[in-house]
Amino acid sequence: MTRHTLSVLVENKSGVLARVSGLFSRRAFNIESLAVGPTENPDLSRMTIVVDAETQPLEQITKQLNKLIEIIKIVELESGAAVQRELLLVKVRAPLADRAQVIQTAELFRARVVDVNTDTVTLEATGTPDKLQALLAVLAPLGIKEMAQSGTVALGRGPRSMSGAGTLRPVERTA
Amino acid sequence: MSTTPPSRPAASAAPADPEAPTREAAASLAGVETAPPPRHPGEPATGITGAQSLVRSLEAVGVEVVFGIPGGAILPLYDPLFDSHLRHILVRHEQGAGHAATGYAQATGRVGVCMATSGPGATNLVTPLADAYMDSVPIVAITGQVPSAAIGTDAFQEADIRGITMPVTKHNFLVTDPADIPQRIAEAFHLASTGRPGPVLVDVPKDVLQATTDFSWPPRIELPGYKPTTRPHGKQVREAAALIAGARRPVLYVGGGVLKARATEELAELAELTGAPVVTTLMARGAFPDSHRQNLGMPGMHGNVTAVTALQKADLLVALGARFDDRVTGELSSFAPDALIVHADIDPAEIGKNRRADVPIVGDAKETIAQLVEALRAEQAAGRTPDVTAWWAQLDRWRQKYPLGYDWPEDGTLSPQYVIERLGALVGPDAIYAAGVGQHQMWAAQFISYEKPGTWLNSGGLGTMGYAVPAAMGAKAGRPEVTVWAIDGDGCFQMTNQELATCAIEGIPVKIAIINNGNLGMVRQWQTLFYGGRYSNTRLHASNPDGTPKPVRIPDFVALAEALGCVGLRCESKDDVDAVIEKAMAIDDAPVVIDFVVGHDAQVWPMVAAGASNDDILAARDVRPVFGDGQV
Repeated sequence: MTRHTLSVLVENKSGVLARVSGLFSRRAFNIESLAVGPTENPDLSRMTIVVDAETQPLEQITKQLNKLIEIIKIVELESGAAVQRELLLVKVRAPLADRAQVIQTAELFRARVVDVNTDTVTLEATGTPDKLQALLAVLAPLGIKEMAQSGTVALGRGPRSMSGAGTLRPVERTA
Repeated sequence: MSTTPPSRPAASAAPADPEAPTREAAASLAGVETAPPPRHPGEPATGITGAQSLVRSLEAVGVEVVFGIPGGAILPLYDPLFDSHLRHILVRHEQGAGHAATGYAQATGRVGVCMATSGPGATNLVTPLADAYMDSVPIVAITGQVPSAAIGTDAFQEADIRGITMPVTKHNFLVTDPADIPQRIAEAFHLASTGRPGPVLVDVPKDVLQATTDFSWPPRIELPGYKPTTRPHGKQVREAAALIAGARRPVLYVGGGVLKARATEELAELAELTGAPVVTTLMARGAFPDSHRQNLGMPGMHGNVTAVTALQKADLLVALGARFDDRVTGELSSFAPDALIVHADIDPAEIGKNRRADVPIVGDAKETIAQLVEALRAEQAAGRTPDVTAWWAQLDRWRQKYPLGYDWPEDGTLSPQYVIERLGALVGPDAIYAAGVGQHQMWAAQFISYEKPGTWLNSGGLGTMGYAVPAAMGAKAGRPEVTVWAIDGDGCFQMTNQELATCAIEGIPVKIAIINNGNLGMVRQWQTLFYGGRYSNTRLHASNPDGTPKPVRIPDFVALAEALGCVGLRCESKDDVDAVIEKAMAIDDAPVVIDFVVGHDAQVWPMVAAGASNDDILAARDVRPVFGDGQV
């Protein structure tokens, strides 16, 4: 399997997320992560969808997505040509004896301490999925009490954007 | 879309069958309400209700006939509907409304419309919506919804019909502001009828119907994400033409998209220009005349040997508005192994979905085929013409050796194939035939000659038993001047026959041929072939513990027909078949039902077993064709 990141501009209307997630489940496509949020245009939202698929099934995924009436544009973001980030919040067991090690680890990964109490420290980290995995691997022996991680959000590198002048080329609507 | 006032078929004044006095009364009921003179469609209005705006929108978009049933949430809509020139046909079950809209659309090419209230009314539309989605039929469903404030509270008769129908509609809307009604209706009709057609549902909460609003027409259509490609790419078309010109064993694989695009004239031109054989799928029967020498007939699981084998041995398939459905391809990996594929479809997602295309063409079938014809003329002018002489010699040998046929049942019972064959012969190619799903559907596809587009209606993709009666009703409502026959099984008929009451009361004289074998025939055939003849739950007739039939008819279809306000006829022997069909043909003022009591052991042949390769087609049980033509 290969990871592909699709950046999808959709109309900002109720029910669009249900249409997209329903499409993935009924056509047996695998979603690795999905993140939705506002864009610079209040009429549009952006979904960043990471899928695990070979090239041929990926083509079918984008074609089926394009058939949804409220989807405006789909661009596949190649990993080299895009910035991709996830957000991680992780609550680590940090009694006084271990606390320095937790904080030192956070610094190494450029994570920030966002909450602290006598028993635990909560860290905030952003980065690629690989980097966050590495952080979690180091923290695991100390004891992870709880964690929350976002899906990937991504933007293409360079001056072009998905809407407006000098747009990124959409995944073809035609075959 | 037409904006002329609807032609309400006048209830016939002809004397009715004296044996069915209810019909007379019924016929006189139709058309008694005197509608006010039609207002100019699209005339602006202020201070009207959302319901009035919705009715005006339907009038303005050109709707003539609506099939539906009122109920609590949609009641406000039915009040202004009472004054409209729109013809509302009160069905007996919402499923009937949905299939009627589909039959109307398939017979007329216009958008079919059905209506239901919230909750169970709306959920009863789910099957016909799924059916129309699979067969790409343009229908619009209007559903009432509980008041906005009650949505999400599990209110009485609340169902999330937008959520429920997301996977089975091309698109659906929940209208939240009465000012949006004209726009949503215009968008719904636009979506349903353009690109790859399909069903669209518009859900309208009761308070939105009751609120005060303004109406103006035409509204702006705002669908920024909807841009169907209708013009084919010229380079792709030229590549396809070059492949056709160089082919030795081409086949035009024609699907329902050709009918949807009204491209049958262009198809005939393409066929004659290339000399290539044509196969018409279950959804494309009538797209190319069966009487034409180049028409090999239907391919697929119950296609004829020549059509199936032509696909298998072809060196080029030109798929036009077809989708390489599993019922056509059989085992995909061994389907048409030597063929290059030109795949033309308006839906890019169909191309490459099941079979890789060598030349993909996205576009409307009418434009695509017209441009293919032009490009082929250029090829021919340059001296490149497909040489199909040897191919035809081979095809004709197969046609001669493996014609469609059937054996008369050994027990002397009436042959269902014979009934259907005679029906087609006597009624002729101008009538519309609607079938249910199962053995009778396959025989109707095989043994009736279809010469014209829009004369064969059936549920191909979803395989919806119960489709025939309401679809025939819809077709007849849309084309009252045409004879409409439903060919139905006794299993199918028992799912939706209540719409015959609608037909009788509304003056929609359809004719129904029940192919009554007392069984769920197709399932029984599979039990015979694949389950060792263990007939688990496929007998519909009353039977003794040992399975032998009891001498009682449950139901008695003749009595049932009469009870529903129709003429009921019965036929149990070969000698009576022609006479009973002629008798039915002579009745024009009421629906007619013929109960053809046939044997239960007849089977549909040829057959490619589910999941098997088309190469393993059986011409008849245990009869494997031997082509003996050497390697092609």
